[in-house]
Amino acid sequence: MSSLTIFKRELKSYFAQPTAYAIIVIFLLLSLGMTFSFGEFMTVGDASLEYSFFYWHPWLYMLLAPAIAMKLWADEQRNGTIELLGTFPVSTWSAIVGKFLAAATVSLVALALTFPIVITVNYLGDPDNGIILAGYIGSFLVCCTFIAITMLVSACTRDQVVCLIVSVFLCTTMVLSGYDPLSRELAKATSPATVEAVVSLGVLNHFTTLSRGLFRLQDFVWFASFIGICLLGTSTILSAKRA
Amino acid sequence: MIEVAKLSKHFGSKLAVDELSFTVEKGEVLGFLGPNGAGKSTTMRMVTGFLPPSAGDAKICGISITENPFEAKTKIGYLPESAPLYNDMTVIGFLKFCAAIRGLVGPEKNEAVEKAIETCFLESVAHQSIETLSKGYRHRTCLAQSLLHDPEVLILDEPTDGLDPNQKFEIRQLIKRLGETKAILFSTHILEEVEAACTRAVIVDRGKIVADGTPAELIAQAPNGSLTELFRKVTTTDTAA
Ligand SMILES: Nc1ncnc2c1ncn2[C@@H]1O[C@H](COP(=O)(O)OP(=O)(O)O)[C@@H](O)[C@H]1O
Ligand SMILES: [Mg+2]
Repeated sequence: MSSLTIFKRELKSYFAQPTAYAIIVIFLLLSLGMTFSFGEFMTVGDASLEYSFFYWHPWLYMLLAPAIAMKLWADEQRNGTIELLGTFPVSTWSAIVGKFLAAATVSLVALALTFPIVITVNYLGDPDNGIILAGYIGSFLVCCTFIAITMLVSACTRDQVVCLIVSVFLCTTMVLSGYDPLSRELAKATSPATVEAVVSLGVLNHFTTLSRGLFRLQDFVWFASFIGICLLGTSTILSAKRA
Repeated sequence: MIEVAKLSKHFGSKLAVDELSFTVEKGEVLGFLGPNGAGKSTTMRMVTGFLPPSAGDAKICGISITENPFEAKTKIGYLPESAPLYNDMTVIGFLKFCAAIRGLVGPEKNEAVEKAIETCFLESVAHQSIETLSKGYRHRTCLAQSLLHDPEVLILDEPTDGLDPNQKFEIRQLIKRLGETKAILFSTHILEEVEAACTRAVIVDRGKIVADGTPAELIAQAPNGSLTELFRKVTTTDTAA
């Protein structure tokens, strides 16, 4: 119940300020721009959207998800409103969940607004819409993962800029650790076991299988537990800060 | 109503509150005096459940804030020191949010918000964005937030700080009026406020209570009949501490 109240407040706050609009517009411009330029959507005729469209999402989220979520706790701490929240009869956990869902909703709106591309591929060809749906789910989960990471960082600092920089760094690492050209370089320098460990820590591995239309339980478990751990960490940090 | 028992708080090696004990009954307004850094805000943050105490406990209407924080918090209205607010909301939007989080819904919520707006003289700015409010209005908006659920216990951290003399007067009158039916703990370092609004006052210094009594008793203790002299006698200055 109180999660819902906090969720509504956060969501309103996103849309009361230019934040959400700016992020959504930039996401739409970049994701569609990539699809038609580097994604070579028109020449390749990639109807599943895997390479032309979804491929770019983690690279966009590693910059945009921190921009969405950086204020979640940094702002509360800077303005002192965390003291109000901490003395209302709500648990830290329901505040965390409410805030997380609000940020996730903003990204969901951005993602939903890319629907013209789905209409386009259906108009031009005969794609497997199940694979496209899987791509959307994977994309959304990657964004949620990055939002959760940013939320954790946001609990550590009252400075949004610091939070942004650190979170972008962490999210970038999560993307790069599964990036093939880098893995190949790494393989030359270290053992295959190391490479595998690094790749499995990254987000691309789990995202790619989903965007190919493969629903593997292990990927969902990975996303859910990663997000869960970040949210629990947020709760731990917020309590530790008061002790 | 408020029973504070041997409450202590360490920040690292620094002892901010040192085994503080006091009680506030219904119908009482307790003034919490002390120099800056005495530990007033820290005490209030522990009593309201924001900070966990290093030792000791506080009971609100008999409910322990450390053992049953959720229940205890429903009994408290709290105005934090800096009157924090969500700048991206309007005054009425903020108050509605606070009422909703207190579990008020529907017409009950709207009534509570209207009443708080009236009590704190916020009618003229109700639909204004909080970002654009002057300091006095910000303070009163945050005060209004603490009254929404008609709490039995009010804890106000420097409620008159930064207000002009007219606003100070209004807030003191309000505290006095509310104090007839509630237990109020409010901190200040303005000594006239004690005589103007309190039924009892304690002076804290470096986390300990150094004087306690009705305003009249305190004045009787004072070297030359002025609270200022008593205050200066029993407390240490910032620089000496
Ligand atoms: N979060 C904190 N970390 C470290 N020290 C703190 C913290 N909060 C307060 N203090 C210290 O505790 C002492 C009491 O502070 P405070 O309760 O704010 O005093 P008052 O409200 O009476 O002016 C001060 O010396 C202050 O520096
Ligand atoms: Mg203070």
